[in-house]
Amino acid sequence: MKAIVKIMLRPGVLDPQGKAIAHALSALGFSGVGEVRQGKLITLELDETDADKARETVKEMCEKLLANTVIENYEIDIES
Amino acid sequence: MKSAVVLFPGINREHDMIRALRIATRRTPETVWHTDTELPAGVDLVVIPGGFSYGDYLRAGAIAARSPIMRAVIAAAEKGVKVLGVCNGFQILTETHLLPGALMRNLGLKFVCKTVKLSVENDSTFFTNRLNKGDILPCPVAHHDGNYYADEETLKRLEGEGRVVFRYAEGTNPNGSVNDIAGIMNERGNVIGMMPHPEDRVEALHGGTECLPLFQSIMREVVA
Repeated sequence: MKAIVKIMLRPGVLDPQGKAIAHALSALGFSGVGEVRQGKLITLELDETDADKARETVKEMCEKLLANTVIENYEIDIES
Repeated sequence: MKSAVVLFPGINREHDMIRALRIATRRTPETVWHTDTELPAGVDLVVIPGGFSYGDYLRAGAIAARSPIMRAVIAAAEKGVKVLGVCNGFQILTETHLLPGALMRNLGLKFVCKTVKLSVENDSTFFTNRLNKGDILPCPVAHHDGNYYADEETLKRLEGEGRVVFRYAEGTNPNGSVNDIAGIMNERGNVIGMMPHPEDRVEALHGGTECLPLFQSIMREVVA
């Protein structure tokens, strides 16, 4: 099965890259764009066939390595 | 005084660090590789130098922080061995949670390489005891992810407990760090991390020797 991990800076943590993207969009003439925030998407191919077990393992991976929970939040999607 | 310098793939400031330690302590530090599982016996100080361990993949310092040697460094720090992390070394120390907070992308998004003014905020640490609070040292910086961040509660503790060791002075904050923080220490005072490179301001060829007393502080602390 496949796991998709979405990692974003926590709300309230300044995201200068998001700000730069918003600025560039505005310069290109796109109006009506509010706050822009940039994150990371990590996909993992897993041997595990049980979705709950897979989610549990990926959660541990996020806590130990994939995300820095001091500044980042993560969301896990499991696809069979 | 026995020191060890930790090496990871992509670290590139170890030669300057080894040289600065040798000048100040008159002893050549040992080097340990990231796959080693033990530090040299009887080591007084472990230094993690700057560079780009693992190409800054995932997050600066994230992969190095999970390497075998860092488990030994964490165990040594818990026993009171002194640990200094400079630049990428500071990033690695926050990723191991030996130091609080995180180093984020510079506010201006650009890599900064210049000399800043470093203000000594705490003069009773193992790296600053030869200086006085308020001393201003010219010191080079070279980094892309040096923007120190910590939540409000952590910041309050750092400030209240005198654990901000260095600040960028006189409007020279190059990266947007909160409260102009350039270096901090842990609660026990045996782990210090900083973004600037004092090892590159210790010889006449560097343009000045203002940062040499930092390295000489280690000797006073360890011999005492």
